[in-house]
Amino acid sequence: MQVVQTDIVIVGGGGAGLRAAIAAAECDPKLRISLISKVVPMRSHTVAAEGGSAGVVQSCDSLDSHFHDTVAGGDWLCEQPVVDYFIASCTREMVQLEHWGCPWSRQEDGSINVRNFGGMTTARTWFAADKTGFHILHTLFQTSMKYPSIQRFDEFFCLDLIVDDGRCQGIVAIEIATGEFFRFEAHVVIFATGGAGRIYPCNTNAGISTGDGMGIALRHGVALRDMEFVQYHPTALAGSGLLITEGCRGEGGFLYNKDGYRYLQDYGLGPVDPSPRPKAMELGPRDKLSQAFWHEDRLGRTLDTPLGSVVHLDLRHLGRIRLHERLPMICEMAETFLGIDPAEAPIPVRPAVHYTMGGICTDGNTATSLPGFFAVGECSSVGIHGANRLGSNSLAEIVVFGKVAGEQAAQAARTSRGIDTRAVAHHAESSMEAALALFEHDSDQRIVDLRKAMQAAMEEGVGIYRTEEGMSATCRILDELVETNRRVHLDDKNRVFNTEWLTAIELGFTLDVARTMAYSAIQRKESRGAHQRLDRYEQRDDTNFLKHSLAYAVADAPPRIEYQEVVITKLPPAERVYGGQAKSQLQGE
Amino acid sequence: MTQQEINIEVLRYNPEKDSEPSYETFQVPFSHETSVLQGLQFIKDQLDGSLTFRWSCRMEICGSCGMMINGVPHLTCSAFLRDYYPGKLRIEPLSHLPIERDLAVDQTDFLQKLESIQPYIIPKETRSLEDGPFKQTPAQRERFYQFSECINCLLCYAACPQYGLDSGFLGPAAMALLHRYNSDSRDAGQAERMPIVNAQEGVWGCTLVGYCSEVCPKGVDPASAVNRNKVSSTLDYFFRFMAPRGASE
Repeated sequence: MQVVQTDIVIVGGGGAGLRAAIAAAECDPKLRISLISKVVPMRSHTVAAEGGSAGVVQSCDSLDSHFHDTVAGGDWLCEQPVVDYFIASCTREMVQLEHWGCPWSRQEDGSINVRNFGGMTTARTWFAADKTGFHILHTLFQTSMKYPSIQRFDEFFCLDLIVDDGRCQGIVAIEIATGEFFRFEAHVVIFATGGAGRIYPCNTNAGISTGDGMGIALRHGVALRDMEFVQYHPTALAGSGLLITEGCRGEGGFLYNKDGYRYLQDYGLGPVDPSPRPKAMELGPRDKLSQAFWHEDRLGRTLDTPLGSVVHLDLRHLGRIRLHERLPMICEMAETFLGIDPAEAPIPVRPAVHYTMGGICTDGNTATSLPGFFAVGECSSVGIHGANRLGSNSLAEIVVFGKVAGEQAAQAARTSRGIDTRAVAHHAESSMEAALALFEHDSDQRIVDLRKAMQAAMEEGVGIYRTEEGMSATCRILDELVETNRRVHLDDKNRVFNTEWLTAIELGFTLDVARTMAYSAIQRKESRGAHQRLDRYEQRDDTNFLKHSLAYAVADAPPRIEYQEVVITKLPPAERVYGGQAKSQLQGE
Repeated sequence: MTQQEINIEVLRYNPEKDSEPSYETFQVPFSHETSVLQGLQFIKDQLDGSLTFRWSCRMEICGSCGMMINGVPHLTCSAFLRDYYPGKLRIEPLSHLPIERDLAVDQTDFLQKLESIQPYIIPKETRSLEDGPFKQTPAQRERFYQFSECINCLLCYAACPQYGLDSGFLGPAAMALLHRYNSDSRDAGQAERMPIVNAQEGVWGCTLVGYCSEVCPKGVDPASAVNRNKVSSTLDYFFRFMAPRGASE
């Protein structure tokens, strides 16, 4: 096993990991920073974010308004002091990206342009056409090359954390190109490993979003918080799940059912206006829009296609010029994947799994309960999204908290109690042996069959609407799959670039994470945000469930679910109001 | 959904076992929307888990899944099996790049070239975050934006005959990104980047074939970046050696 001695290990080269690396390097150029990613950083899933990133910038806007939107959007399950810090820091980070070269879309006078987004009171979403994540990622990746103390380990697969003496002291990784094991001895580890959307069959996520970091953290006794809250993005392509940005609706797109009726008016989101009114109709929050689709589908008011039922996202009235200026990638995608021109025909869309609101539980400084171990970005739950994330808050999150994680890690590295190299080597050996044991199994269980069984069970039982019966069936299936997965078959017994082996390891993480979602869901006996039940618990229950769920791993058993109080400082729980009443509610405060 | 079958021939090479590459053919079912990538995923999932290739986003933006399809560089997520039927497909790793295994190529050379062009803003003026964003009009943004759309998929390197002959050549994508920063109104790094442009392996290595722009999935047009840099390079030469001192300012 090869050994790398370093100060800070960052796992994940997406926006959060890169921002953390830059922040740590700027804090102290003498720190050795190892950036580990299972893909070359510019391939990370941040690349696929489209619509934009929030940051209050208009004179008519206020931090209080962004705060209110975020907390209400999250159905009050947000950590309010953390949201407060987040909101106050977003714009500064957007400016930082601008100084680093991010090609933000501009107004005629050269100032920043912003667009409307779902659940936001006014336009505060900074955008770079409809490729905002792509531009943020490439800006950060290319900027990171300025810092000689950031050493990249591209296409290294993180297998495990190394924990000894009650603190994190490094990681074990596989160099994909050679199949060799590496032990990174480090004072601090940051996970920025992204989400877990691949747990579901129809999702907007990249193949790499398999919840690895969440799975690893869980195995080391760190809690996964609020895992039952899984976001369905209301507008994705049927079958593939490819994302059609909320920016389409921000620019004024309409959603129609099969009768050509803007059905969202039937779900408390009206009135129908000819142009977008913030927080109403198509600019409602994602949970409400996906739930409305579910009802329309049950009522037989969606359109049937060979890949599933859809509604129509109509952009024709925006005109070709505006579409090509504001939504060029959507136009390309519609042409490539559907053979249609959005200036001429509506885009058929349906909800698909998009985002994991929950994740590795951290405090507002991105620190986990395990000393020396931090988590940031979609893999984490820092507390800003609650039960439903608002669009454009997650790109802002990765840079705001990426910076915090980098700074905190730099500080923690300086006060580290040192590394016990013998103990670390011992732990690394056991992780290596466990990974190699996968080659020894003999069964006819193909990875794809297990994955598909998991995905089908999650969609069936832990989808947009949930029941006790459905969730408990899913829990049983997942328990069996975890067992079966111990004997999964590999065709490929080689070590060099063995992606089948890595996929099997990923599936182990994914299954563990799926279980935390299902078990957290079944125990939340209320409906809140993205967790909606149809069995006696259709209402929000603040008396019993104004609480975060915490899922802990239990050896050879399903996860144990505990609860944690939500910190509410400024905005007491109230009804979420969208549609025509939203504005009057805000003015009435 | 009607399902048909198509033959996909893939290049196989395992450095642990093989002295040279060979080809293997798989029969793959497909429907109207099946991408070439999904065809490869079917092989890996159902027929042979050892087939090795990169992929991630499935939507033409991460740049992972470029390969040669019947000799043409293409992202496999946005090529469709129906368009090759009833013929067959031959899938090979991107040309001109060393094979790591099967359809996965070594990307290190490009990453080093990217780093060499200083792909970041070298600011004109020191500006604090409190000063807010730079002003940049849509017209100023337009001057570089197209070149910032490069997804680093390396199709242009597989298309470039000059890179095939001499891997020292900076190549289309790195040149486009160099031009992207030089053309940004916020940047003042052109002078620092000019030695790279002027070098034999910089802009003057290009023989103007233009195939790079043809295969680019994002319309970046690296060939025009190269040509504009030839103009800059000529002017740079002129001002440094022919014109009186200070004329370039």
